[in-house]
Amino acid sequence: MHFLKLILRNTLRHKLRTSLTVLGLVVAILAFGLLRTVVDAWYSGAEGASSTRLVTRNAISLVFPLPINYQERIRRIHGVTAITHASWFGGVYIAPRNFFPQFAVDAKTYFHLYPEYFIPPAEMKAFLTDRKGCVIGRKLANTHGFKIGDTIPLRGTIYPGAWSFTVRAIYDGDAGTDTSQFFFHWNYLNETMKKVVARRTDWIGVYVIGISDPDRAAEISTEVDAMFKNSLAETLTETEKAFQLGFVSMTEAIVVAIRIVSFLVIFIILAVMANTMAMTARERIGEYATLKALGFGPRFLAGLIYGESLAIALTGAGIGILLTFPVADEFSKQVGTLFPVFGVSLETVYMQAAAAIAVGITAAALPAFRAARVPIVDGLRSIG
Amino acid sequence: MEDFTEPIVQIRQLTKSYRRGGQIISVLTNISFDINSGEFIALMGPSGSGKSTLLNLIAGIDKPDSGSLKVNGRDIATLSEADLADWRAANVGFIFQFYNLMPVLTAFENVELPLLLTRLSRDQRQERVELALSMVGLTDRVEHYPSELSGGQQQRVAIARAFITDPVILVADEPTGDLDRASADDILAMLQRLNREMGKTIIMVTHDPYAAKSAHSIRHLEKGELDVTNQ
Repeated sequence: MHFLKLILRNTLRHKLRTSLTVLGLVVAILAFGLLRTVVDAWYSGAEGASSTRLVTRNAISLVFPLPINYQERIRRIHGVTAITHASWFGGVYIAPRNFFPQFAVDAKTYFHLYPEYFIPPAEMKAFLTDRKGCVIGRKLANTHGFKIGDTIPLRGTIYPGAWSFTVRAIYDGDAGTDTSQFFFHWNYLNETMKKVVARRTDWIGVYVIGISDPDRAAEISTEVDAMFKNSLAETLTETEKAFQLGFVSMTEAIVVAIRIVSFLVIFIILAVMANTMAMTARERIGEYATLKALGFGPRFLAGLIYGESLAIALTGAGIGILLTFPVADEFSKQVGTLFPVFGVSLETVYMQAAAAIAVGITAAALPAFRAARVPIVDGLRSIG
Repeated sequence: MEDFTEPIVQIRQLTKSYRRGGQIISVLTNISFDINSGEFIALMGPSGSGKSTLLNLIAGIDKPDSGSLKVNGRDIATLSEADLADWRAANVGFIFQFYNLMPVLTAFENVELPLLLTRLSRDQRQERVELALSMVGLTDRVEHYPSELSGGQQQRVAIARAFITDPVILVADEPTGDLDRASADDILAMLQRLNREMGKTIIMVTHDPYAAKSAHSIRHLEKGELDVTNQ
């Protein structure tokens, strides 16, 4: 009881110093949590990928399309349960800063392969019967205030012209589902292109293939790619996760930089905390010597210093972790659909707590060692 | 004059030196003397004479270079740091010049501190602390922090802390050095009472001849040696 009381009272002895150190920890743990969440958001696409979906794209590059007639040939491969396609549209809604991903999809088949998108049947029916209809995610709807029946104008970039779509359905998803996307009928895109640039008709961006056995993913991928070997548009088939990680690898340097900064923040607060604990222990060396003279052992003294350091670190961490959630929410709102899935994971919270404990223990190590080793006579000499 | 027959402290050929800047400075040289149980002695001498070093050695917070130092029949010079800590907790009560109370603990908690190293229950500790504080006349200051007490009151708390475990010896290093005369008299009277009524063996270092008169005997140290001509 006295032990905890001593720790608590020692912690509150220099209120300003303790408050400033706790404040530093709050900022550091908050920044660490936020940066880790950004890194998680970067990988969210890959994390949400299904093991029963393969993606086939043009072997040269994703920017080159594939002919629509590959669809039936792929469907016939043993183990393929479904096939659909999607094409990146890349339109601008009012201004480029309002970016959100838009895909022209095969409306009848696409959503069967993505059961994680929850669409009310009535809305789905309305979408299927409206050639100019679109399906949008809940996050996108909330960001721009779109409602069922609203018209969304897009300025085409890859597919030139002024395009207009009517919101017919809004899909929801669980926490890891990207609900910032926009889907419309590929048929509408294709028919329009027939009139404008005929040579660009009957091409799609990627095929999404449903398979029954994830263990056969590599085998089926090889079979698909072999089928179109030496053709006009050779293919590259990979799992959906590998496909998503391909996007992440394009920006790997940024992710690495964010990771480094997140650990630097912790290192800086460790230095601040170590300085606080060193000052604290130096000031109390006479008290430690007195306790030793009374018969308290080095472990008791080390316990006092470790206890105080951990109390400060965990207080800062507790406040920092609690603040991470509202700050992450606000951050998510500010960046809009740039990070489709942006949420503080339990793993991030554990890492924040672990970082705080590591800071608390490391910062106390040297002062505790010194206090435990100081000769009583030398320590007592510092009083007076 | 009291009759002291049993030596509780036996010091033989005790030598202590310090290394400072590559130089070895001899502090105590071949000190030998006994302190009997129930005795109250004052160690006097000029600054640097080695009196505080001798007190530290007797209290087991420093170790001699050579010689033997038996307290209550045990040679403490041979004990390990851990054993010495246990030995101090059970056998020595400390009274320091600057009181050395824990500023974040109340008078009650400061006195209770050494009892945390014993097997006493909470109720037993409370009973003892209340008794000790009443003996030093501080029953109305139980919940006060050191910063809320005068120097004399703080030293009384320190005295209560020193005898709360019923130690074999009480060591006091300039216990009145930071006090005004009235408070000093108060503290000296208290030490005399502890010696007389509780039979405590007290070894006190002091510069003050007036304070030294409270003791039964005075030992003078001069340049690390006992001044046998001035006992």
